[in-house]
Amino acid sequence: MNAVVRALGEQSTSRRRFLQGGGGLLLGFALPGFGAEQSRNEKPPEAAVGHATRAMTQESSGLEPNAFIRIDRASAVTLIIHKVEMGQGTFTSLPMLLAEELEVDLQQVKLEQAPADNERFGDPLLGGQVTGGSTSIRASWNPLRQAGATARTMLVSAAAQRWKVDPSTCTARNGVVTHQGSNRSLKYGELVDAAAKLPVPKDVALKQPKDFTLIGKAHHRLDSPDKIDGKAQFGIDVRLPNMSVAAIAISPVPGGKLQAVEDKKAMAVKGVRQVIKLDRALAVLGDHMWAAKQGLAALSPKWNEGPNATLTTASLVAGLRAASEKQGAVARNDGNTEKAIGAAPRKIEAIYEMPYLAHATMEPMNCTVDLRNGLCELWVGTQVPALAQGTAAKLTGLPLDKVRVHNHYLGGGFGRRLETDFIALAVEIAKQARGPVKVVYSREDDIQHDMYRPYYLDRMSAGLDDKYLPVGWFHRIVGSSIMARFAPAAVQNGIDADAVEGAKDQPYAIPNVRVEYVRHESPVPTAFWRGVGATHNIWVVESFIDELAAAAKQDPLAYRQGLLKDQPRMRTVLDLAANKAGWSKPLRAIEGRRVGRGISVQFAFGSYMSQVAEISVGADGEVQVHRVVCAVDCGQIVNPDTVIAQIESGVVFGLGAALWNEVTFDKGRVQQNNFTDYRVMRINEAPAIEVYMVKSNDAPGGIGEPGTSAIAPALTNAIFAATGQRLRKLPVTATSLKA
Amino acid sequence: MPALTVNGKSHSLDVPPDMPLLWALRDVIGLTGTKFGCGIAACGACMVHVDGQPTPSCVTPVAAVVGKKIVTIEAMDQDPVGRRVQTAWREADVVQCGYCQSGQIMAAAALLAAKPRPSDADIDAAMAGNICRCGTYGRIRTAIKRAAEST
Ligand code: FES
Ligand code: FES
Repeated sequence: MNAVVRALGEQSTSRRRFLQGGGGLLLGFALPGFGAEQSRNEKPPEAAVGHATRAMTQESSGLEPNAFIRIDRASAVTLIIHKVEMGQGTFTSLPMLLAEELEVDLQQVKLEQAPADNERFGDPLLGGQVTGGSTSIRASWNPLRQAGATARTMLVSAAAQRWKVDPSTCTARNGVVTHQGSNRSLKYGELVDAAAKLPVPKDVALKQPKDFTLIGKAHHRLDSPDKIDGKAQFGIDVRLPNMSVAAIAISPVPGGKLQAVEDKKAMAVKGVRQVIKLDRALAVLGDHMWAAKQGLAALSPKWNEGPNATLTTASLVAGLRAASEKQGAVARNDGNTEKAIGAAPRKIEAIYEMPYLAHATMEPMNCTVDLRNGLCELWVGTQVPALAQGTAAKLTGLPLDKVRVHNHYLGGGFGRRLETDFIALAVEIAKQARGPVKVVYSREDDIQHDMYRPYYLDRMSAGLDDKYLPVGWFHRIVGSSIMARFAPAAVQNGIDADAVEGAKDQPYAIPNVRVEYVRHESPVPTAFWRGVGATHNIWVVESFIDELAAAAKQDPLAYRQGLLKDQPRMRTVLDLAANKAGWSKPLRAIEGRRVGRGISVQFAFGSYMSQVAEISVGADGEVQVHRVVCAVDCGQIVNPDTVIAQIESGVVFGLGAALWNEVTFDKGRVQQNNFTDYRVMRINEAPAIEVYMVKSNDAPGGIGEPGTSAIAPALTNAIFAATGQRLRKLPVTATSLKA
Repeated sequence: MPALTVNGKSHSLDVPPDMPLLWALRDVIGLTGTKFGCGIAACGACMVHVDGQPTPSCVTPVAAVVGKKIVTIEAMDQDPVGRRVQTAWREADVVQCGYCQSGQIMAAAALLAAKPRPSDADIDAAMAGNICRCGTYGRIRTAIKRAAEST
């Protein structure tokens, strides 16, 4: 039997019930919040473990517990935690961390999602209930193991006291404490009540990596059984008694307002229950989605489009270009870059551009709301349950404890479900709805009313000495600041830590480096997208270094190696990827196609990674990606198979976007509609992907996003190798590659 | 008032004949394992079997499937090929977010029923209609081959 993974809101235990439920050992501990997780060079966070009830009321404990372990009298172990499962494997790897130190079988650990509960879980807004930034393992690595070790120590002490023996003569294994001398043993469940009365030990020793029995070994995902027979409940699957289903229309132009609509035509459709008008949107509620859709189609709403009705991609890019003439906030300034480039015998300049991108999660945005009798209940899949709760409280005027969030499996996150715009819309609709309502975006709504990965425009320049080595490196980033809206504290002195990630810390040995950031906003709403800042900057940095290698007429691998002499972990992955890809051997020719190989290397999300892409370009300019070789050093690995799966996933996600995706605007409207014109990678287009992992005992790095950020430059560098064309603008299809 | 036979059970529904089967399954009958992804037969999330044929339910009106045998993901474990596919899916750890996987499994089971030993090209042709935003394609291929070998 597999561990039961309970993501279902319905089944989520409220903390009160959890704490009051009879007997057993309960430990509360704190997982640090988003802010702490962000700075990745920091020491991994420590746990603050304490008896839940006590720690909850202790002012001085500093960190409020936001995660709990409970071991009941039947020895069942429950881990209540705020991380969500959106495909990245947390519901498997987090229980592994706990089970390793607690000395229980992985199958014995039940995982429950913490309800959004600001008051009780003590994490207002971004404090704790965020899953994003490839941080789940990084932030949980120490606290979860410490929590497991603490509980195990207490259980062993309880057994030792009962037997009147020294705890050091007892061992814990498979949920049983055994006294070696007398061969007596007790199950955890028989010890929990006694253990609960003991003081919580302060310093518990953690296992040495060589003693790990679970960590580092491949385990099957615990959420598979639910996800292969249709039983897994996503937010979109919720059904409540008397619920209506809503189809929506949102102002096609950002900031536009609903002017007029004739509800009668919709109400005439069989099964339509209600037409709801909001300031910026309207909703048709029906017995089922088909009635709602038919009702919506019968309406021709008029919009007051407002000042953004003239917006075009060209006007948006012109704004960025103008902003790029200005000096930006200085994120890094080594030496005197201007002087060094000015005095260099060779100077290279380039402008790079990356488009707006939609997330297009497989499960379209949706949220179900039941608002009545002074209570607001939400059924949704969200990366930010507490933020969802706060959003609903604000819109309804209800106190936080009258808003309940039932979180579900997420049908893809990629950053989209860090936002609560669709939750706010559903709550606004629910305020007028008679009875519970499920609001579901059509795919068109989902693409046209996304919050987009910002359009970035980067100015690069470099000076090369007479050996063609860079003496100066200048990088000016221009784009929207997501952090300024999402987590203002992460913007300091005008520097958005996310917008410069991967640029500020570019790894090459260059004496003069200057990195600037110019914040430029437009009416287009922006948000995080898989790989966040790194996905943008790594493409630019790794493309430009490739340009320098080409100017030097040097092999791009050798050129990088020469500039990374002081970066051993970087060099290890670079050399490994090149070696496994057979970099030194020429590629096999393909009749009628131009073939090429490109490389990239990066440090992002606490992980080192290098990728080699092998591609070919047809006479018509169509690019095929045949093979991607990836080497990764992500520190200590919890579940190796999850690491491989996440890299495969990241590569496919990044490739489709780099090859084909852009969201464009005309007359203020998004021009893309559905998977027909927002093309995503399919099985027949996906390359063979090989992943090689470097063994390491360093603290774990993130793995959900690096695969995405490393692939775009490997791809475009390969296209350069094949065609001689340097791509400075994505997607690839923006440039003709016809032979 | 068409009667639909879904997973061997007859349902008489009071729905318009042009209503796509997808919404009849999800919103009326309550079988939510079949997913909505695009609504225009472009993603495969809504794939079901109609008389054994893989069919995107989002563009299939209920009127067109009256009297036919409709099978959804919820009944795949009662189908010997479906069961093999599910086992292979588990062993290859295919799923990530899982949202597309009902459709993937329905498409794969239909492929294997028609071609017990599919080539890579057969897999491409049969599965290209099914998008996975989590990029599980390599594992889908592995799992299909594994399921084929397990006969
Ligand atoms: S929802 Fe039917 S194919 Fe996408
Ligand atoms: S597993 Fe997430 S879309 Fe396929």
